[in-house]
Amino acid sequence: MSETTYLEAIRAGLAEELARDETVLLLGEDIGSYGGAFKVTEGLLDRFGAGRVIDTPIAETAIVGAAAGAAHMGFRPVCEMQFIDFLSCAYSILTNYVATARYRADLSTPMVIRGPSGGFVRGGPFHSQNPEAAYLHTPGLKIVAPATARDAKGLIKAAIRDDDPVLYFEHKYLYRRIKETLDPAEEVLTPIGSARLAREGGDLSVVTYSAMVHKAVEAAERLEREDGLAVEVIDLRTLAPLDDAAIVASVKKTNRVLLVHEDTRTGGLAAEITARINEQCFEWLDAPVRRVCAHDVPLPYAPPLEDWVLPQTEDIVKACRWLAAY
Amino acid sequence: MGRIDVVMPQMGESIAEGTLSRWLKQVGDTVKRDEPIFEISTDKVDAEIPAPTAGVLAEVLVKEGETVPVQTVVARLETDAAAAASAPAASPPAAEAPAPASPPPPPPPPSRAAAPPPAPAPAPAAPAPAAASAVETAEERLKRRSTPLVRRMVAEHGLDLGAIPGTGMAGRVTKNDVLAFMERAPSAPAPAPAAGAPAQPAGGVAVIPGPVVEPWEGDRIESWSRIRKLTADHMIMSRRVSPHVQSLIEIDYTRIVGIRARKKAEFASRGVNLTYLAFIAKAVADNLRKHPSLNAAVMGESTIFRHEINLGIAVALDWGLIVPVIRRADELALLGMARAIQDLAGRARDKKLSPDEVQKGTFTITNPGGFGTVVGLPIINQPQAAILAVGSIEKRPAVVTLPDGTDGLGVRTLGYLSMSFDHRIVDGADADRFLADVKRTLHAYPDDAS
Repeated sequence: MSETTYLEAIRAGLAEELARDETVLLLGEDIGSYGGAFKVTEGLLDRFGAGRVIDTPIAETAIVGAAAGAAHMGFRPVCEMQFIDFLSCAYSILTNYVATARYRADLSTPMVIRGPSGGFVRGGPFHSQNPEAAYLHTPGLKIVAPATARDAKGLIKAAIRDDDPVLYFEHKYLYRRIKETLDPAEEVLTPIGSARLAREGGDLSVVTYSAMVHKAVEAAERLEREDGLAVEVIDLRTLAPLDDAAIVASVKKTNRVLLVHEDTRTGGLAAEITARINEQCFEWLDAPVRRVCAHDVPLPYAPPLEDWVLPQTEDIVKACRWLAAY
Repeated sequence: MGRIDVVMPQMGESIAEGTLSRWLKQVGDTVKRDEPIFEISTDKVDAEIPAPTAGVLAEVLVKEGETVPVQTVVARLETDAAAAASAPAASPPAAEAPAPASPPPPPPPPSRAAAPPPAPAPAPAAPAPAAASAVETAEERLKRRSTPLVRRMVAEHGLDLGAIPGTGMAGRVTKNDVLAFMERAPSAPAPAPAAGAPAQPAGGVAVIPGPVVEPWEGDRIESWSRIRKLTADHMIMSRRVSPHVQSLIEIDYTRIVGIRARKKAEFASRGVNLTYLAFIAKAVADNLRKHPSLNAAVMGESTIFRHEINLGIAVALDWGLIVPVIRRADELALLGMARAIQDLAGRARDKKLSPDEVQKGTFTITNPGGFGTVVGLPIINQPQAAILAVGSIEKRPAVVTLPDGTDGLGVRTLGYLSMSFDHRIVDGADADRFLADVKRTLHAYPDDAS
């Protein structure tokens, strides 16, 4: 047993799958001897060789295209985007080619695209994005976003084993801040499509994912102390396909729901979940569905502005209080 | 001297109400024109609202944490320049409350104050703007704007929304208010019940207060355990919900006695005690498919015909009663049925049942005959349609047809099956046909049963 950080958990998951299955490949910018911009792949080149841990040019379209071809030829490639913001450079091949391959040609494309997303690190507009909504709208892609070290490992392994393309959004703020005791001997696999009950409560539900899970739990603990409220927190883990059953069950239990995401508000995941709640459990709502999201602006560099734009624990606390009093 | 009204400003075109999160000035404080006097909260921004004029804060009409419609008077300022008050029109504060100039106009309703959560007062201190008071108060209007859940609950239980005190924002009725109202209902002065008639709260079901009981000397008092309380509530509910009707049928088990005697050792060698109950459960499970109304539940004004045949078996415990369920009982042969009954009853006594093993029953069998009771008249295990009681099985003299065609007396092993059924969805003929089929099955039980 050892304390494993979120980042180490991703690395351990990659290493286990590289060792387990020789068709698994890694591709990305500076992921070899440099070990990746955040050192996620550090040590893997020495262990698995340059044939399986492949440095690529700075060309995201080429990375995704090469991975798609390799996937069709029987490999299970894992692409690293140095920052997930740059996945948009490969938007066309990802949405037009990769996501449609199974539908168009009955082609299985078992590939993973992973990379650091999210803010709170003063990274500014090009290095802080949460682009899930852009891909959520593309049928044919699965999207996961772990909040814990255990799920970081369990989801990268499950994503690699999945026969369809999976986008794996890791959160750079969590890389070295989240630790958990993981048994290296245990095979951790987190099923894709299944949410996690991060905290149980009966008064209202907060549905969220990734780094916001930790802020939601922090808010829930404060609300329990200060207001005596029992706040339930659902960690979605998988964003596509959404675990409707888990969301609906929680809404039917608490009747009040707050959706939280770090991505910007308009057209975000919260809007989609709100629609599903309306469709599936409207008559169980005792208050309007609320959301706490980032403002609809590019993320500013300036620390006070970044803090203002991104959702903070205080915002969640306030919104919960409003919901509880409604 | 004159008094100037300070009103809740409109923070955006679509905003109908605002939450006053904090008073920045107290009654008696002197304020300058444009000096912030209170704070309102929106989703993302706390806005400070400036004084429309200089003066002394004379009255505070809205408490911290309260949500009121826009234009509601929240305070009054005492001004020196009485003349200035000549037109105290409730003009919104000069400073267009700093609706954040930045992109997202905070659309959702304002959040609550960070201050200690004040129980939202049911009756807002601030009167609604006089002009609107003609028809209904703001509170009444908000109350009618109830949530989907509350509307559903009110409709389901036939309640009058207006009669329920609301503790939500601006007096809105919440789920908890409805639940609290229903709990209090028996003693609440519900809309004038007919003289002498019991109060008619939820769903028109009469709540009859029990008799006043006092312990006598030497008595022992034991407060109900959870299982006892659940049982009590369920029994009352079932009696109220379903019109129970009972049918009895006599079964001649003589043939089963023979089969059981022949099979007992073989079953025992496989670790299973072959009981009469196993034969009966098997006969019931096998016949329910042909009689779907007995394997059903009532949902509102519809009947759900259950696809699965899940047999509940009532097990008496020292501390109460529990009904473990044999899922898909119709798929089991006699051996499997006997084993399932043995296993579930054993684990019920050892408290080793998992919660899902006592759920999703579709028909229940209870076995008072084990104690010698000849006929049981059980209460339906909701939301099922029927429950069958197995009476004692014993040798009795019976009229039999002798080989020569004449009638004589014989010793037969007999017992009664009694069934309570929900007459809303099961008619007498349905129940009697089902019982006749069970009887036929038991009378003609195959010798090679396994």
